[in-house]
Amino acid sequence: MEKKTYKNAVVRWIDDRLPIFSFMDHEYNQFPMPKNLNYWWNFGALATVVLIAMIATGVVLAMHYTPHTSMAFDSVEHIMRDVNYGWLIRYIHSNGASMFFIVVYIHIFRGLYYGSYKAPRELLWMLGVVILLLMMATAFMGYVLPWGQMSFWGAKVITNLFSAFPLIGESVVQWLWGGFTVANPTLNRFFSLHYLLPFLIVGVVVLHVAALHVTGSNNPDGIDTKGPQDSVPFNPYFTAKDSVGLGVFLIVWAAFVFYAPDYLGHADNYIEANPLSTPPHIVPEWYFLPFYAILRSITFDVWFIEAKLMGVILMFASILVLFLLPWLDTSKVRSCRYRPIYRWFFWILLIDCFVLGWVGANKPEGMFPLIGLIGTAYYFFHFLILLPILGKIETPLPLPTSISEAVTRRSGAPAGATAATGGND
Amino acid sequence: MAESLADGETRREFLFLAAGAVGAVGAACFAWPLVDQMNPTADVLALSSIEIDISSIPEGQGVTVKWRGQPVFIRHRTAKEIEEARAVSVATLRDPQTDQQRVVKPEWLIVSGSCTHLGCVPIGNQVGSDRGDFGGWFCPCHGSHYDTAGRVRKGPAPKNLFVPPYVFLSDTKIKIG
Repeated sequence: MEKKTYKNAVVRWIDDRLPIFSFMDHEYNQFPMPKNLNYWWNFGALATVVLIAMIATGVVLAMHYTPHTSMAFDSVEHIMRDVNYGWLIRYIHSNGASMFFIVVYIHIFRGLYYGSYKAPRELLWMLGVVILLLMMATAFMGYVLPWGQMSFWGAKVITNLFSAFPLIGESVVQWLWGGFTVANPTLNRFFSLHYLLPFLIVGVVVLHVAALHVTGSNNPDGIDTKGPQDSVPFNPYFTAKDSVGLGVFLIVWAAFVFYAPDYLGHADNYIEANPLSTPPHIVPEWYFLPFYAILRSITFDVWFIEAKLMGVILMFASILVLFLLPWLDTSKVRSCRYRPIYRWFFWILLIDCFVLGWVGANKPEGMFPLIGLIGTAYYFFHFLILLPILGKIETPLPLPTSISEAVTRRSGAPAGATAATGGND
Repeated sequence: MAESLADGETRREFLFLAAGAVGAVGAACFAWPLVDQMNPTADVLALSSIEIDISSIPEGQGVTVKWRGQPVFIRHRTAKEIEEARAVSVATLRDPQTDQQRVVKPEWLIVSGSCTHLGCVPIGNQVGSDRGDFGGWFCPCHGSHYDTAGRVRKGPAPKNLFVPPYVFLSDTKIKIG
């Protein structure tokens, strides 16, 4: 990294000993970005903003919340009614979880469409999958804390999944619960871990961004930057573009917080947890619905594996398969813009995920179990069979020779007329 | 001091491996209490038995009691229900058990109130509620049906409702746990 010489003596003194100013300048001011990025590249920055907002609101909520089964539900109502701006902070936090998943799911599908997981960004992608897993664990435990009926029964059903494992299952579940059912020890430890995991997420996000700054961003054409004519400096071009997206995103988030704060939640969670009465229809939060559908998709034993265990295995496999994606996709071409066949299957996969979500939201009756089974089968077919074969048989469209050429061709301007020479080193 | 122990193995390599091994064992000894603290605590384990007076439960009805934080169903079965439970061919069951294996006194059926699928509380213990296709219990979460011996007959549950350990202290009093 090139060190700058600063005029200000204090800044220079610090920078000579800890080059934090040179670092920020290099990574966030001058950092070269492909100049053809579209608005789908906003979502990484948006996710960072949500993470910071979640930690800030979470830390202050913890100042008023009591992680005890006899007081948890009431302390949440206390936050809503008595704490200054408690209602606002809690609604920002509870809707923030949904916003985080919307943003991250779009970020992931952006990566799928433009092939951002391919060499040399495999590790960057895998770190992202780790972040997704940590987010899911954090969100699940956070949902238990208000100690409503959905909190309790969601926790009970999901922790019971581990009982599906032969021999060790029962002791693992009692170890998770700290007792014979979901009870006070469970609530207490979920609170502890719900506070811890976001900081682990921050750690993995730092690695994710560090890896990104080694390879540089992918772009909608999926071709490498070949020189200064292909890129623009991060500031002001993407600080500005990210700010526009952030403004729109904050409007959406605020709309939920102020006008429909409970729209994404479940009414049953405003009933205090009752271990003796199960709500007639247990559903997870919307962002878990596709996985819930996969979990319930298997209703028959597969060889010696019980149906229940098979569902658990498939649910975990549906995420773990993403770790292998960089090697399952055999096509050398990154972007869907130049993959005429895969482009269609991308949209079919997206529809499949929505169908699974729809199945997950409904009782497993009538046609839903069959649709869930087909949807699950297609999900794994896409990753395990379709992608490896498609890369071999698909004829990609001709790639542009450079990002600069692709940009000027699309805008109709003569090549080179808009070539910006950013502050690349 | 640098005498050789065997071909290519020096005292330094031996000390390196030995120190590493001691460190690894030490780390594991420190990790175990951190893992084991999550298991049920002594006070949770101590709360593991209750006594119930069953004299007030009329025939054909049941009560739900709380044992170790979980519901337990006590059903006073009618002669017809006992008859139904015993008429079933055991070989056709998913989790084969005879009715006699599941009760101490035929008129009293005592089973855990947690569905063996994912732990929801089945309905049917109160008079007038849906008892499922086999007259026992019905789990609304994922549609498991249990018969009048608490055995799974239909749906995703892999096992019969668990029979907790219990003894009759007298004709009208039982101790669970």
